[in-house]
Amino acid sequence: MLQAILDLGRYGVGSIESIGRAGKLFAQSITWGGPGSAGFLDLIRQIHSVGVRSLSIIIVAGFFVGMVLALQGYYILVKYGSVSALGTMVSLTLLRELGPVMAALLFAGRAGSALTAEIGLMKATEQLSAMEMMGVDPLKRVITPRLWAGIISLPILALLFSTVGIWGGAYVAVDMFGLYDGAYWSNMQNTVEFGEDVLKGLFKALVFGVVVTWIAVYQGYDSEPTSEGIGKATTKTVVISSLAVLGLDFILTAVMLGGV
Amino acid sequence: MSDSSTHAETHVKIQDVTFYRGDRRIYDGLNVCFPRGKITAIMGPSGTGKTTLLRMIGGQLQADSGKVLVDDKDVGQMARNDLFDLRKNKMGMLFQTSGLFTDLNVFENVAFPLRVHTNLPDSMIRDLVLMKLEAVGLRGARDMFPAELSGGMIRRVALARSIAMDPELIMYDEPFTGLDPISMGMILRLIRGLNEALGLTSLLVSHDVEESCAIADYLCILSGGKVIGFGTPDDLRNGDNAEVRQFLNGDPDGPVPFHYPAADYRDDLMAGSN
Repeated sequence: MLQAILDLGRYGVGSIESIGRAGKLFAQSITWGGPGSAGFLDLIRQIHSVGVRSLSIIIVAGFFVGMVLALQGYYILVKYGSVSALGTMVSLTLLRELGPVMAALLFAGRAGSALTAEIGLMKATEQLSAMEMMGVDPLKRVITPRLWAGIISLPILALLFSTVGIWGGAYVAVDMFGLYDGAYWSNMQNTVEFGEDVLKGLFKALVFGVVVTWIAVYQGYDSEPTSEGIGKATTKTVVISSLAVLGLDFILTAVMLGGV
Repeated sequence: MSDSSTHAETHVKIQDVTFYRGDRRIYDGLNVCFPRGKITAIMGPSGTGKTTLLRMIGGQLQADSGKVLVDDKDVGQMARNDLFDLRKNKMGMLFQTSGLFTDLNVFENVAFPLRVHTNLPDSMIRDLVLMKLEAVGLRGARDMFPAELSGGMIRRVALARSIAMDPELIMYDEPFTGLDPISMGMILRLIRGLNEALGLTSLLVSHDVEESCAIADYLCILSGGKVIGFGTPDDLRNGDNAEVRQFLNGDPDGPVPFHYPAADYRDDLMAGSN
């Protein structure tokens, strides 16, 4: 019994220490400049590796999600004779909710885990230590460009996800169910507001980008430098960032809708 | 213990250093001076914190108390930027696993510190890198990637990279482990040669008594968180410290007992029969 309480206390202290270390890492690596700081070219390279290489999964997933939305929406709306609202339904769902969230979840699995494993392995093979001893700060050289690449990439990926999803919805609605395509697109145009729907969705994606990439680089940097440690860290990245995205999504939605 | 090095100028000085890893005490009032321009081999049983000592000198670990002085400046108290400047200009370190960047080829690995720290034109960087690679005999391997190299070659590339910025102090962490005799001979020749040609202060952490004695000017033997012997290999071999002699000769029993402390053997056996 006493041991259980002791373990609980140790776990609590450990978690809080971990949050502290993560905060310190973020504060030290979010700014550019410092010993051996990374350049613009490093940022471009990282955007390519975390952003561009995630394109295929984002586009394919977006198309299918859009198609499913249209399919489900059609069967519901047809009961009430309002299938003309299908375009509105699909686009609003994607732009406000599913685009940012799904893109963030896929990003965590595709790019976040890769970031953690890469940084963890660099640590295990003493590449980060070697860098430090050459007078180059690994936080500035390795972490900063990766962090920013994630923050920049995710909003763009989320926007692409929604766009492709809307096309997928149009394919199902117009080409499969024979809905008049003017109804699909014009109702969408009349109801979707740029500031209210598109920008708020993008803001969500930006927050998710910060959180997911932060968790990924922290888990890699803080991982135990063994093969088992890196495996654990990679799993943690996916689990923690997925939960963080879903939890934050609720909070952000509640705040932005003004319900709280 | 450090009086044997007083005839040479001190480069690195460890003063009353205490260091804990978790609850375990690694160092307890460690005092030692490493002379400038000489090769000093730091030896001792596994787990005595030899690598820890190198990392403290490099500022990657901080002593819990005491001072680590490099050129009379306390590494532990340095501002972050000064510490990075010191590492950039004055120190090189060869890691046990070499720490080569796996995404860069041999040439770019050696060029890395030059590209980051200097604004030299590409043609000059090329010349400098080729000179360093020539020194370790790997000019012909410049386009290969670390994954394509043998263990000995990896270490030589890492050596070329750690001298790219012409340091005054170079630290080798277990440079001989896992090498075949030929590669070992090459590394030995390189360490000795670099020391003579560039007048580097070299600190070498190793288990290999033969090899270390062959190239080191001084041996520093650590045990139980203290220096138990410091001097030239010959002095220590002929000295009167039994533990030092046991270590250098590799005797299985002596002041460091073969048996881990245990209850009386006979009692222990008898206890099982009841």
